[in-house]
Amino acid sequence: MPVQVLFGQLLLGLINGSFYALLSLGLAVIFGMLNVINFAHGAFYMVGAFLAWMALTYLGVNYWAALVLVPIVVAILGMIVERTMIARLAQLDHLYSLLLTFGLALMIQGVFRNFYGVSGLPYSIPGELAGGINLGFMFLPNYRAWVIVASIVVCTGTWLLIDKTRLGAYLRAATENPVLVGAFGINVPRLITLTYGFGVGLAALAGVLAAPIYSVNPDMGADLIIIVFAVVVIGGMGSILGAIATGFGLGIIEGLTKTFYPQGSSVVIFVIMAIVLLVKPAGLFGKVA
Amino acid sequence: MADARSPHPSAAQSPALLAVRDLNAWYDESHVLQGMAFDVHQGEVVTLLGRNGAGKTTTLRAIMGILPRRTGSIRLQGQELIGLPARAIARAGLAYCPEERGIFASLSVVENLMLPPVVRPGGLSRDAVLAMFPNLRERLGSQGTRLSGGEQQMLAIGRILRTGAKFLLLDEPTEGLAPVIVQQIGRTLRDLKQQGFTIILVEQNFRFAAQVADRHYVVEQGRVIDEIRNSELNAKMDQLHAYLGV
Repeated sequence: MPVQVLFGQLLLGLINGSFYALLSLGLAVIFGMLNVINFAHGAFYMVGAFLAWMALTYLGVNYWAALVLVPIVVAILGMIVERTMIARLAQLDHLYSLLLTFGLALMIQGVFRNFYGVSGLPYSIPGELAGGINLGFMFLPNYRAWVIVASIVVCTGTWLLIDKTRLGAYLRAATENPVLVGAFGINVPRLITLTYGFGVGLAALAGVLAAPIYSVNPDMGADLIIIVFAVVVIGGMGSILGAIATGFGLGIIEGLTKTFYPQGSSVVIFVIMAIVLLVKPAGLFGKVA
Repeated sequence: MADARSPHPSAAQSPALLAVRDLNAWYDESHVLQGMAFDVHQGEVVTLLGRNGAGKTTTLRAIMGILPRRTGSIRLQGQELIGLPARAIARAGLAYCPEERGIFASLSVVENLMLPPVVRPGGLSRDAVLAMFPNLRERLGSQGTRLSGGEQQMLAIGRILRTGAKFLLLDEPTEGLAPVIVQQIGRTLRDLKQQGFTIILVEQNFRFAAQVADRHYVVEQGRVIDEIRNSELNAKMDQLHAYLGV
């Protein structure tokens, strides 16, 4: 087997892993704090990619500005959704919020499909990141290297924020015992809203990063989110480091499978999920409740 | 036995710092508090005594606003707390230490200590808390729940002393602890009283309560059925035994 093919697939695996990690991280943060399985996560990712495309096409806002602005806009949208809809279901069985977010995802996708069709819209790589480097054993496109670095930096930053800061301590404590944290004078509902906004903001950031790689289309989130749910199940619900490590790890495993047994590449993650569920139902990094 | 709806005559004649009247509270369908009424004055240590299930813990939870359903009146310096969320009640200057201690497993000891926000000036500094509970100093980096039961209790009390709240609600701080730790907590509570803290203490152990409290309210079936001054405790011991069924 030519080494270029192996490294090419490994790179592809790392790219996919970058998106798995960013998306499953957001899902894990939201699940930990809200106990909501956010089925709208893929839709917010897709909206992130579309907003980047719309900002460029209609307003001339470039990639770098979109990378900052789009996650903020989507985070605000997410916070409105949390305040006006999800928060109302907080006292009910979690199944209701799951159904709500699933319905939202279908509606958001439907609206974009109606206006933009399903064929996909092109978003070109920003000039600064065009081209690539020849590493000798393979050709590394600059944009793909950037996506991997950006994902690692954002994931590490999020982990540090949650694990090392005072705000993170509030989050961890409120995840464990929201009633007592409220009785200390901390505004837990606001913390929940901010967490949801942050989680879907991460999804939107992933969407902007994805726009130049995958074509921007209304189904891009729905296709990806199924795999990301499997990643979250494998890593363990609510574990931050678990979500990051599993995201990258499974991306690489998927890439390797494409090289050595291409027929299995589309199911390998689900096979791993089934095995993990049988052997360690709480997930690789999950704590048994 | 006095009418539970009217307060008992109390030590100080100044207006009460905390006045609870006709407090009712429910867990689901069960009506746990049925017209609680009592007063606590500035600087007092008051205990709620009673059998298991009498409603002592529920009273603290109702005052703190962490029950889904409660009615009646809870006034702190005249300010009505009954409609407020727990976070606003904490900001009004009440600090709560739950029976299960509420130490967070996902936080280190120092993170647990620094978690409650300061609600007003005048709280103890981190170093003052550690001087009060020196055992904690060695363990600052440990996971909160790796501490012994006694250390967890010290952490649970210590962290609310940082907030500047001068009114403490302590739910069975001696439960399950070794006698030497119970003595240390007793000394701490007397210390806090001297510093001007006001404390409501829920206790099963009335011998401990007698060492620290000014007055005792006997709670039965969700209401106050008697008030005993600490000085009358010996004279009323038989009656208290009857109340508590010991």
